[in-house]
Amino acid sequence: MALDEVKIGGLGASRRRVEDNRFIRGKGNYVDDVVLPGMLHMEILRSPLAHARIKSIDTSAAYAIPGVRMVMTGEMMAARNLAWMPTLSYDTQAVLATDKVRFQGQEVCAVIADDPYIARDGVEAIVVDYEPLPPIVNPTQAMADDAVLIRDDKVNQNDNVIFDWEVGDRESTDRAFAEADTISEIDLHYPRSHPSPIEACGSIADYDRSTSKLTVYMTSQAPHIVRAAVSMVAEIPEHMIRIIAPDLGGGFGNKVPVYPGYVISILASILLEKPVKWIEDKTGNLISTGFGRDVYLKGKLALRKDGKILGVRMDTVSDHGAFFSDAQPSKFKIGLIHSAFACYDIPTAYLTNRGVYTNKAPGGVAYRCSFRVTEAMFFQERMVQAAADDLGMDQAEFRRVNLVKDDDFPKRTPFGFLTDSGQYEKCLQIGLDAIDYDTFKEQKAEAAKRGRLLGIGISTMTEPLGAGNSREYDILGIKMFDSAELRVHMTGKAILRTGAKTQGQGHETTWAQIVAHELGIPAEDIVVEEGDTDTAPFGMGTYASRSTPVAGAAVSMVSRKIRAKARKIAAHLLEVSDEDIEWELGRFYVRGAQDRGVTIQECAMAAYSNVPDGMEPGLENNAYYDPPNLTWPFACYISTVEVDPLTGVWDVIRMVAVDDCGVRINPMIVEGQIMGGLTEAYAMANMQFITFDEDGNCIGSNYMDYLLPTAWETPGFELHEVVTPCPHHPIGAKGIGECATVGGPAAFVNAVMDALKDIGVRNIDMPLLPDRVYEAIQTGQDVSGHPPVKNR
Amino acid sequence: MFPSRFRYEAPTSIEEAIALLGANEDAKVLAGGQSLIPMMKLRFANPALLVDINNIPDMGYHRADADGSFRIGALCRHADLEKSTILREHQPLLAAAAPLVADPIVRSRGTFVGSVCHADPQGDWAACMVALGGSIIAQGPNGKRAVEVKDFVSGPFTTVLARDEIAIEGVVPSAQGTRTGGYLKLERRVGDFATAAVAVSLDMSGGVVKNAGIGLVGVGAQTIDASEAAAALIGSSLDDDAVDRAAELAAAASNPRGDHRGSADYKRHIISTFVTRIIANVQRSEMQVA
Amino acid sequence: MTSLFEELQPAAAAEVQTTRVDIKINGEYKAAQIEPRLLLAHLIRNGFRLTGTHTGCDTTNCGACTVLMDGAPVKSCTVFAVQANGHEVTTVEGLATASELHPIQEGFKDEHGLQCGFCTPGMMMSAKALLDENLNPTEDEVRWALSGNLCRCTGYQNIVKAVLWAAAKMRGEAPPTFGAPADDSADEIADDSAEQPEERSDEAAIADDSAGGEG
Ligand SMILES: Cc1cc2nc3c(=O)[nH]c(=O)nc-3n(C[C@H](O)[C@H](O)[C@H](O)COP(=O)(O)OP(=O)(O)OC[C@H]3O[C@@H](n4cnc5c(N)ncnc54)[C@H](O)[C@@H]3O)c2cc1C
Ligand code: FES
Ligand code: FES
Repeated sequence: MALDEVKIGGLGASRRRVEDNRFIRGKGNYVDDVVLPGMLHMEILRSPLAHARIKSIDTSAAYAIPGVRMVMTGEMMAARNLAWMPTLSYDTQAVLATDKVRFQGQEVCAVIADDPYIARDGVEAIVVDYEPLPPIVNPTQAMADDAVLIRDDKVNQNDNVIFDWEVGDRESTDRAFAEADTISEIDLHYPRSHPSPIEACGSIADYDRSTSKLTVYMTSQAPHIVRAAVSMVAEIPEHMIRIIAPDLGGGFGNKVPVYPGYVISILASILLEKPVKWIEDKTGNLISTGFGRDVYLKGKLALRKDGKILGVRMDTVSDHGAFFSDAQPSKFKIGLIHSAFACYDIPTAYLTNRGVYTNKAPGGVAYRCSFRVTEAMFFQERMVQAAADDLGMDQAEFRRVNLVKDDDFPKRTPFGFLTDSGQYEKCLQIGLDAIDYDTFKEQKAEAAKRGRLLGIGISTMTEPLGAGNSREYDILGIKMFDSAELRVHMTGKAILRTGAKTQGQGHETTWAQIVAHELGIPAEDIVVEEGDTDTAPFGMGTYASRSTPVAGAAVSMVSRKIRAKARKIAAHLLEVSDEDIEWELGRFYVRGAQDRGVTIQECAMAAYSNVPDGMEPGLENNAYYDPPNLTWPFACYISTVEVDPLTGVWDVIRMVAVDDCGVRINPMIVEGQIMGGLTEAYAMANMQFITFDEDGNCIGSNYMDYLLPTAWETPGFELHEVVTPCPHHPIGAKGIGECATVGGPAAFVNAVMDALKDIGVRNIDMPLLPDRVYEAIQTGQDVSGHPPVKNR
Repeated sequence: MFPSRFRYEAPTSIEEAIALLGANEDAKVLAGGQSLIPMMKLRFANPALLVDINNIPDMGYHRADADGSFRIGALCRHADLEKSTILREHQPLLAAAAPLVADPIVRSRGTFVGSVCHADPQGDWAACMVALGGSIIAQGPNGKRAVEVKDFVSGPFTTVLARDEIAIEGVVPSAQGTRTGGYLKLERRVGDFATAAVAVSLDMSGGVVKNAGIGLVGVGAQTIDASEAAAALIGSSLDDDAVDRAAELAAAASNPRGDHRGSADYKRHIISTFVTRIIANVQRSEMQVA
Repeated sequence: MTSLFEELQPAAAAEVQTTRVDIKINGEYKAAQIEPRLLLAHLIRNGFRLTGTHTGCDTTNCGACTVLMDGAPVKSCTVFAVQANGHEVTTVEGLATASELHPIQEGFKDEHGLQCGFCTPGMMMSAKALLDENLNPTEDEVRWALSGNLCRCTGYQNIVKAVLWAAAKMRGEAPPTFGAPADDSADEIADDSAEQPEERSDEAAIADDSAGGEG
């Protein structure tokens, strides 16, 4: 008899998480928990100024402190050709500043001492003499004719523009606008934000002279990429580097790049021949590591009277900070921003992007997002709502007119991606029914008579997840495939290793479920390991919701390879030919004689004791998976809100989420991902952002100012699902980790804008802080979130 | 995250503590530590000596005395007040503010008196004390003195305490009639300091306001005593005119700076809105009682 | 030196004040000779090697470091270790006994109340403080009690369910079935086998009727 898939913890089982057994006991093993004998501690001195020339650095007082072992400066790094390092976007980034500091929080010195308290004493004792330069804190300043040059270190860089990029068909788009009945325009800013996992970054570098081997424990979502990068930067042979990413306290994209702190700790360990631990503090994390967003849009839609979108025009400017170190692997300068409008049937579109340097932290990362997809979908859904309002059309109806129909797949998006499947209208309808759309509209009208402001906002979107196929994606030339290695022991138990790296997504649980699904080995009989480059197969890491689409597919594929070999063994054991063997979950049997069979476990034993002549013994294999396409989950988020007209405070009444991420490996975990994403969406819409004052001081440099919502503010979520299996994924799954963060913000913002629509307000830039909302209500005007510009 | 070095003493009597403060130039009292330790971790504060008063017995009380006054000892924690039934019975304003100070974990350690001593312009308790006409009892080598909180706070993060004085208790004077009032705070999320907050205390008798006080938070360089606004309420029966006038005067008494939490105008507007709302809430609950 | 447990620098040790502290931690008496500036979180983590207590911020906001001191929740990054002298401290490692998980731990696992696990120890300690005082909390009371702890992964809804699950179990009732979809797989790890809710409730989520934030 075939096994019951759910019983063995296969696909669709809400299997409780294996990793929780250590976490709930306080037995997780995060980087800061690792202690090596003789370990020293490193603390970093950061620039207090956004833009300044370094005149001198005096480290003598720091050296005088007992317990301080070494003070590292840019000069020391430069002597070893390590003052600058290459970025993933083909620029360079300072490791320790030599000439200038280019943003507040930039790494200037590092102190290595016997314990972190003394290292901090050392940091405080360093005296740096700065000559302040005018700071540039937004693109307008950066592009001004007389703007001071931020990157004077680069030859041929004569202004603060990093790149200009365009995509789409300009001519046909111009024509669409010429023929339009109405043109709807909107200017938006998606503010700078930070992924801010609760655990900041850190590393322990341990160079062993006797073996020439460098071991680094590191908060990395992509340990193999780090190994390659360290090998290139530090000129250490790759086989002499071992990167271990132990448990990670969240990542959300923040832990993809290689940061100066890692590099400095590595050099310190080499120089001192002792393990050196660097644990970043929260301020260091918020002001110097990978941020998300910071993109400005001028958006236009060409519309026909009946609501049909004829063309899209998007002109965007992105603020990358002091170094172009975006951690993104696509061939496109500004990531996948042109995935905008993928769920709508639109004849033509054109998008431009200009990237600029500013005196702000570098390192645009995919903050719970596939490389600017978040901006794309937010812009899209805000443009859509503004257009519906401009036409006086119901926002749900406007979407219905433009959504791609179920039988139109495969479908080219207006910017050239290929979507493959979906049931968009069905998702929308489930959402509308769940929130009781029509009734709410009546309640809203009723409440308005009594001066209460209610609003409802919709966001529908499909996004490309799972970077990516090797045609369009690579990191420094390395293809974006992923891998899995499966060893089935003779007793039928197994160990699976992948090149991904879980940070809370629960790979230890779900990967085993995929194996269980493919092989019928109970999930509990499979251990999953990731994160150690000496043992895990090469992989590109976990971010951009790519693990299930890519590594998860590799897990399927390697299991199938194992099954293929096991089938041969089964034929041998059952003394029939391969072709006469049938498979049911967990068991091979002889066609026509179902009771004559062998279990996968029996095959495993035979693989080590009784293989057919000519067959290699053993039952292990690996698979590298290069996805044929991205996966395209779809989502519909609908939120209702009430705005307090006297304070500008708004509360979420309900939040409904309908997600179609294809087949759900573990529904419980999928729902967990969605709720986490919705919370970040709510945070973004309501309170969370990083801004800068005119002098380039970061506002949002700690949790007093950078606001993450607590259990109290966070609304309750109501989840629904639609399942359209991904046609090209071995088990029909799609990415899910980031959908809600990507699609969610617009639902909240659209809801507040809906509440203020009758006052004449069309836009308030995020976050919708009470004072911004109040100002909009008072003036009846839009409120821009553009950072302040001081005329110097 | 790593404070600089200091010496540490944990005396077991007030007298000992006062002597330690007197004998050391750069000493600081450590009470709940929920303002001082965060500042030390960031090295914004680097005292040479900490005099930890947590081992001094019998200072954790809060009680209603027979003379109608209400007393809060120097080691009474925010959480003690949040959970207190006698506080709810006697001091509605303080009871309304208690759950809005910081977050639940900070509240289990931070002290009421320490908060007033910290004199943060965004601190909640000092404004409540100003509205209530409360005092701090300070003890030094020469004995005790009472200082009204409106005079106690002398600037941002500064008080009139002498170097060798310890605040041993907060005292709220007795009510002239039935005490009512409320506290409203605009915070962006739990654990946030106030963008703006208002404390209103009203002593009512026969439907008429006998005594009133209004304290403002986050809208000036220190806690603001909006005494003119309060005066507009005294003698009134909380009619719309009096309330509007008080709201207007409270906004006028505030002196906010615009920042990323909101413009000066916005904060002023919040002050007047909250004055009105608190009084409306008071009237609504009176009606429910009646 | 800041603490006992690493090689002493002779020069540093001479003029620096150190104090002996005696702390009852998770029921065991421990002593250490420490500098007064050492934070309790660091004594627990580096001195006593109980690394379940985490630090996640510099400004006393995140609550990842929450432990119980004499039963009350405190942020151990904002208490000096010397202040714990003579007191009783409970950390996440003190929740379970050798053979049995605490119902709060079971609840967190059963209701998927954690993802990366970094905030979890602090969350569970706050939950314990709540349930020690109130075994019958409402959803709002749970949200309120946990509002000094930040979680970046879960969105809190499942954490709230986890605490309500634990409360029910501690009251001696069958844990509620509102939770995450039922786990029908048979692979519960033996010592963890919490009673599983039988089936998935059709209620979308308990938080449906929850009040929104206060802004
Ligand atoms: C995350 C967080 C959020 C917060 N949010 C708020 C908030 O919203 N509203 C708010 O009002 N507060 C807030 N606080 C501060 C908190 O309320 C503190 O508890 C309070 O400000 C100080 O009280 P304490 O007992 O902790 O004092 P400590 O930190 O021990 O001392 C503060 C200062 O007062 C002095 N001092 C203390 N007690 C005495 C005394 N008896 N005699 C003489 N001097 C003394 C100290 O020397 C020190 O200078 C917050 C704190 C944190 C960490
Ligand atoms: S470490 Fe964040 S509150 Fe203690
Ligand atoms: S589970 Fe990751 S922070 Fe809460």
